[in-house]
Amino acid sequence: MKTTEKYIVTRNACKLCTPLGACLAFKGIEKTVPLLHGSQGCATYIRRYMISHFKEPVDIASSSFSEDTAIFGGKQNLFTGLKNVTRQYNPRMIGIATTCLSETIGDDVKHYLKEFQHEKDMFYIPRLVSVSTPSYTGTHADGYFNTVREIVAAIAQGGETQPFINIIPNMVSPADIRYLKNVLADYGLDYVLTPDYSDTVDGATWNDYQHIPEGGTRIHDIIKMGAAQATIEFSSTFDAAKTAGRWLAVNHDVPVHQLDMPIGIQLTDRFFKLLEEVCERPIPVWHKNERGRLLDSYVDAHKYLFGKQAIVYGDQDFLVSMASFLSEIGIIPVLAATGAKTGRLKAKITDVAPDISAKVRVLENADFVDIAEMAASLKPDLLIGSSKAFRIARDLNIPLIRIGFPIHDRFGAARIQHLGYQGTQQLFDRIVNAVIEANQAASDVGYSYM
Amino acid sequence: MIDILEQRKGQVYDDSSKPFDISCEKNSVAGSVSQRACVFCGSRVVLYPIADALHIVHGPIGCAAYTWDIRGALSSGPELHRNSFSTDLQEKDVIYGGEKKLEQALLELIDAYQPKAAFIYATCIVGLIGDDMDAVCRKVSQLKRIPVIPVSSEGFKGSKKTGYVAACRALFKLVGTGSTEGIRKHSINILGDFNLAGELYMIRDYYERMGVQVVATMTGDGRIDDIRRSHGASLNVVQCSGSMIHLATMMEEKYGIPFIRVSYFGIEDMSKSLYDVADFFKDPEMKTRTIDMVRDEINAIMPDIKKYRKLLAGKRAAIYTGGAFKAFSLVRSLRTLGMKTVVAGSQTGNKQDYELLLQLCDDGTVLLDDTNPLEIAKYIKEKNVDLFIGGVKERPVAYKLGIGFCDHNHERKKALAGFPGMINFAKEVHSSVNSPVWKLLKK
Repeated sequence: MKTTEKYIVTRNACKLCTPLGACLAFKGIEKTVPLLHGSQGCATYIRRYMISHFKEPVDIASSSFSEDTAIFGGKQNLFTGLKNVTRQYNPRMIGIATTCLSETIGDDVKHYLKEFQHEKDMFYIPRLVSVSTPSYTGTHADGYFNTVREIVAAIAQGGETQPFINIIPNMVSPADIRYLKNVLADYGLDYVLTPDYSDTVDGATWNDYQHIPEGGTRIHDIIKMGAAQATIEFSSTFDAAKTAGRWLAVNHDVPVHQLDMPIGIQLTDRFFKLLEEVCERPIPVWHKNERGRLLDSYVDAHKYLFGKQAIVYGDQDFLVSMASFLSEIGIIPVLAATGAKTGRLKAKITDVAPDISAKVRVLENADFVDIAEMAASLKPDLLIGSSKAFRIARDLNIPLIRIGFPIHDRFGAARIQHLGYQGTQQLFDRIVNAVIEANQAASDVGYSYM
Repeated sequence: MIDILEQRKGQVYDDSSKPFDISCEKNSVAGSVSQRACVFCGSRVVLYPIADALHIVHGPIGCAAYTWDIRGALSSGPELHRNSFSTDLQEKDVIYGGEKKLEQALLELIDAYQPKAAFIYATCIVGLIGDDMDAVCRKVSQLKRIPVIPVSSEGFKGSKKTGYVAACRALFKLVGTGSTEGIRKHSINILGDFNLAGELYMIRDYYERMGVQVVATMTGDGRIDDIRRSHGASLNVVQCSGSMIHLATMMEEKYGIPFIRVSYFGIEDMSKSLYDVADFFKDPEMKTRTIDMVRDEINAIMPDIKKYRKLLAGKRAAIYTGGAFKAFSLVRSLRTLGMKTVVAGSQTGNKQDYELLLQLCDDGTVLLDDTNPLEIAKYIKEKNVDLFIGGVKERPVAYKLGIGFCDHNHERKKALAGFPGMINFAKEVHSSVNSPVWKLLKK
């Protein structure tokens, strides 16, 4: 046997499959039900995974393949599924994502959907948008970006430029989306934010059961995205030529600004500066003050963080922006690890954090056993990422700062903010306090002042 | 207003004025949003608690990622099962086949972790891309001299129940391959307890206190060597009959080992599962020991049970479980607390199960087979329930409507089985049903 340094097998994956990203994107469109074309298990597992994170109902339909379906093709099951979803949920749109099973047997979903338009027993056919998401290609992040593009490409139309912008966030939290909407409102900007799952997976309690939770980007608004003044999208490592923003630029001449997710002062400054340019208004005083307070807290706490070493892991775009943020506050991300393979992570980190990038080991195609093994030798002071490194943190007895997705062992995942001066402030306070808490716990003295 | 899908109407029994009938054991209806998973899920949950075996998912990454350490099955020793190993098939593997990758994965993992055996789970596309898993397993088994067992768990080849059968077949390949030396006459295997929250420790202890030797536990706190010699036991004690009854049946046919069905939830069923074993061995001393033990255990918990009964009497509950057998115990446990079951269902029950369930419940109880979130919402609202007992996917449905919830599935962290489990159960039900938060919601 040829021994390679890297295990051929994936041990405790630091990535999820493409259909999960597709489901999250579809959840951000009004009155939309995602449907996975494949085995029942795909839908149920992804529901379970998302419910454990968001603590909200996440209904995802399935075409529920049987053995016959796999042999004779999935058209009939897809049609039955679409009809039943329509009957039960009365959706405005059904978002269909493929799976490894339907892709491998060669189902032509786009063609099936055209045929479905001629089904006789349908009183009403919702809008149908499909995306190809075989789980043997890429990760959940690819599923998310590809789905957002397919949604926009299927719905958006051109037209005379109107005074509004498109904003396409990343796989951020519902609270991040709400924050972005506040920022744009404070600038007095009209906008279309796609996909907007800030209410659909983080809402209030109900008196009557909502078939589809209220909220989501209105389809009416997606239609006009081709007439926007500009598109701002947060995207660092996904193929820049294949984003929704690029699609709008190519097909409807909407200028696109691809920014790294605004985390930390420098990257957030870029975002706010762009907003100032787009709407020709200075930064609203509220946000200027938030920036001021954030910088002030950097100063107050700098000594506690200087020289600390962190391992960050998870989605590549988060790693890029976190590297920039950590470099501002004196923390060295000694390892940036991800399960995805884009080949672009190292260059992007060097780009946003040039001062420290020589000290950052970048590991693509990594899993949590790789991370655990590297952590044992790197001896970091803290871990930053999803909840899935909890056992590593416990073994090393170091703090774990939970950010991003998934967070399965805490409440409030949907309310964690990462973006902008406000989100950075929250991350900053959590990080510095975790460090102080660890110091305090390790001290015999029991200091009551810092 | 929530309507039931035409194709699902036979799987709902909601009109007690009509004679009982329910259709079940069917494929999930496409587009219904079933709470079921797939064949792979069935196999994975049954086998994964075997702690000193390697569990490798052969397929793209999702199936392994979503089942990593998912169920909280504890082990008193090795914890190899808490990892998630996947061949993580990529596009080129789908085109050229994944056999080589599987073989190399097996070799490197066996070298690294020195497991007692390896289970290889097939996912949906494995057969479609033409991988001969059996051949790879045979080859690696010969090379590494440990059992390497393929599990035929392609997601679409049936339901979760099909996955149980595949898991039992995999286990059956191990049974009979070890020495039965040192196994006494009064010996049992515990089947169908998965040691969630350490429940198996308690159950094993009860049997040992009775004077019964426990040979193998399948699969909670499971060990390969125990399973290999489990054919030496005199009796199989089977809980969660949906998942392990196939193994018990095969062991009865091949080795003549009889089995009994039990449940460890609730005072009545817990006591019965001990008495039934004592009766099987027809040993008067064992019977006396059992009676004493059960009496002591019940006496120890009754004061608390009475306290909770006062707080919970008259409350109404809905139950949705994987297998129907657990639902029976839950109905009885709720009755112990003075509560009524008004909605009951399961993912995989059969007709006899539902008939029994109906008999156990009060008149007018709604029965649901392979239901979905909308139907759950409809009936918990219509029946005005105070508590829902189910798993992670049902919880937000209950909470959104302002209804209490008890997780009787993967995420329980406190034992709900055994005698102390009844207290934990009562406490959890009380802490949800009688929480002040509901007062703030408009009902």
